[in-house]
Amino acid sequence: MNKKTIMGLPREEFFVSGSRNCAGCGFPSIIRIVTKAAGKNTIIVNATGCMEVVSTPYPQTAWKLPWVHAAFENAAAVASGVEAALKKLGKNTNVIVFGGDGGTYDIGLQALSGMVERGHNVLYICYDNEAYENTGIQRSSSTPKFSWTTTTPIGKKIRGKKQWKKPISQIMASHGMSYVATASPHLHIDLFNKVKKALSIKGPKFIRVISPCVIGWKIPSNKTIEIEELAVETGVFPIYEVLEGELKINYKPKKLKPVKEYLMMQGRFKHLNEKEIRVIQERVKKHWEHLLKLEKMGRIYDVIL
Amino acid sequence: MVGIRKVEYGKKQVLSTSDAIAYAVKLCEPKVTAVYPITPQTWIAEKITELINNGEMDSELILVESEHSACSAVLGAAATGVRTFSATSSQGLALMNEVLHVMSGMRLPTVFAIASRALSSPINIWADHSDLMNSRDTSWIQLFCESAQEAHDTIIQAYKISEKVLLPVFVVVDGYTLSHVYEPVIIETRSKVKSFIGEYKPTHAYLDPKKPMTQGPISYPSDYMDFKLEQQIAMNNALNVIKDVNRKFKIKFGRNYGNGLIDENVKSKRVIIAMGSACTTLRELERVYKKTNYEFSLIKIKSFRPFPKKELLRALSDATEIAVIDRAMSYGNAGPLFIEVSSALGEAGLKKKINNFIVGLGGREARLKDFEFIIKNIGKKSYWVNVNEGKNISFRMV
Amino acid sequence: MSKYPVIKKVGNTREYKTGSWKTMKPVVISEKCIGCGKCWLFCPENCINEIIKNKKKIFEADLDYCKGCGICAEVCPVKAIIMKEDEE
Repeated sequence: MNKKTIMGLPREEFFVSGSRNCAGCGFPSIIRIVTKAAGKNTIIVNATGCMEVVSTPYPQTAWKLPWVHAAFENAAAVASGVEAALKKLGKNTNVIVFGGDGGTYDIGLQALSGMVERGHNVLYICYDNEAYENTGIQRSSSTPKFSWTTTTPIGKKIRGKKQWKKPISQIMASHGMSYVATASPHLHIDLFNKVKKALSIKGPKFIRVISPCVIGWKIPSNKTIEIEELAVETGVFPIYEVLEGELKINYKPKKLKPVKEYLMMQGRFKHLNEKEIRVIQERVKKHWEHLLKLEKMGRIYDVIL
Repeated sequence: MVGIRKVEYGKKQVLSTSDAIAYAVKLCEPKVTAVYPITPQTWIAEKITELINNGEMDSELILVESEHSACSAVLGAAATGVRTFSATSSQGLALMNEVLHVMSGMRLPTVFAIASRALSSPINIWADHSDLMNSRDTSWIQLFCESAQEAHDTIIQAYKISEKVLLPVFVVVDGYTLSHVYEPVIIETRSKVKSFIGEYKPTHAYLDPKKPMTQGPISYPSDYMDFKLEQQIAMNNALNVIKDVNRKFKIKFGRNYGNGLIDENVKSKRVIIAMGSACTTLRELERVYKKTNYEFSLIKIKSFRPFPKKELLRALSDATEIAVIDRAMSYGNAGPLFIEVSSALGEAGLKKKINNFIVGLGGREARLKDFEFIIKNIGKKSYWVNVNEGKNISFRMV
Repeated sequence: MSKYPVIKKVGNTREYKTGSWKTMKPVVISEKCIGCGKCWLFCPENCINEIIKNKKKIFEADLDYCKGCGICAEVCPVKAIIMKEDEE
């Protein structure tokens, strides 16, 4: 069902108003597009993080789907248990995990790797806001190089985060799992179709969705969607899928915009000097060319034991 | 794993305690089992995987990548609304600690078999109770067993208790000294167990698109403490539920263990309080020392949580000297069981001569002469027993 | 207050009107609106509803929930939404 227009999307809503997310937050649109694709027969497992905290302030919940949260680093393990229970009950309910980058790249990586290695029929979605935003914008391994956070301040000696963003897609794909993809809410049909495709595949699936954070990225609250677009148009956040080890880029800008356009809209990067911007530009360009090369190679993720 | 012939249900035969536990779990039919290897618990996990892979046990097996994930997977399955099981020891239980609190806080029932073992460091794979004591405040019911039969029976009782009070339960056997011991055991029949514990059909928490609900929300100061009070109320309620289940178990299966919380028949003014497999030795010595001037009575604490204060105080009412044997230490004070007993006495305003013996940490031998030393020093100074090459070192008490 | 930390009245955050958070509010120029639904989809508060105004299908934010982020005005392809000071 390739929905072309927005109004072609299912209208049923599973995430209602009144959630306490910040004005302009990136992940509500992720939740709505994903749950529209997944539909009513879905159980949500949420890792501790912004999404979980803002959406379930007892005695209220914004979720209209069955939803469970236990802790920060075990969402994938909890989901494994949910999936196993459903299997025993003979039910085919979708199990979807939502985790932030901290809960996915860092503290939750072991549980995620275990869930994938064991082959649980679960779709794991990482809303990637590139820092521990809920706890006040501390650095995670997903934070971009040079980026300001409250634990990578811009000092005289050290300027922002030292390391490049952890290649989580590569790590997940190298598990030999069936489906790994990236997506952006602004390409809503692509995200919708990826969730549909993922849910049609039996076994573990991983989709990482860009989720700008107004507070953490220091952007105006109305620029969330525009920032997503710029991230994709500059090649900073390429949109691709790795299906059975074969990479396919789903969206190719005719010409990559300079990363500066993307960086300079964000307060977390406003300290960057020309040299630092050049280093980022080089890296993004090299990475984009690498993706184009991989796309032509057919099966790229054969398991190396 | 020692290969043994097929188990005959309902008949007494010699089995390891680990096997007895595994078969008891099979009879309770958890729909999801999540286990991770750790000595000395592993036999339980291995036997269960054998039963599952032979089609004798219909449980979805998750061989997780850590104990933290074992408890988390169990939590996920329990939150979905099915009966679950896991087993672990020592470091594994310690790694689960965060999730233990979450699971009891979410009021999700389950039963974990724990082959209790010392906590690192230094690393040590032998028996003591430090891992359970490290989980003392997790709001998990803790039932300590003394024999293979008691372990088998307590697993069955634990499901009934857990699903009634909606708090998870540890069924504890001392690592090696009980988990790996072979004893005559009756493995009950499937039909009898099923009629005793029934099915787990939660109404308070499950995950079903037909009736969506949110489990594990964030709770602000306005509500959090009230949920915690409910846990304490449930723990108190568990005191009666445990006794009731113990009584009903006796009716159906012909066996009970004291009143389910505590096992005693105090005759002497000199009392020794202990938990786990040490009680078997002490029960023997209780007989040996009868009618000597070192006669004593044993009080076996089966339920460490909820702690049976009322029953204990009644048993201690005439006692003048009390010795509490601990297989763990709350460093900077005394043994955890001692602290529980003395606080109960304090609460009741009872003045007794009470002392504490720290015994058998990390599988340290508790020799006959060590027991004799304890029996002869009830109510006197407190000691670490059989340390520094067999010495008994007294430790400063109030 | 339930005995267990479980919420069975799903979707009841609607009892909490987040509209008080906003300092700006979206105003729709209904003639311009082409009913594409972008604002409806990308509103983080899911509070933009499809309504019929003088026989035309347009979209309008429910000011009880709108936090005034301005995304709807930003994503509207025909600039049919402008952000204004919220007097309340």
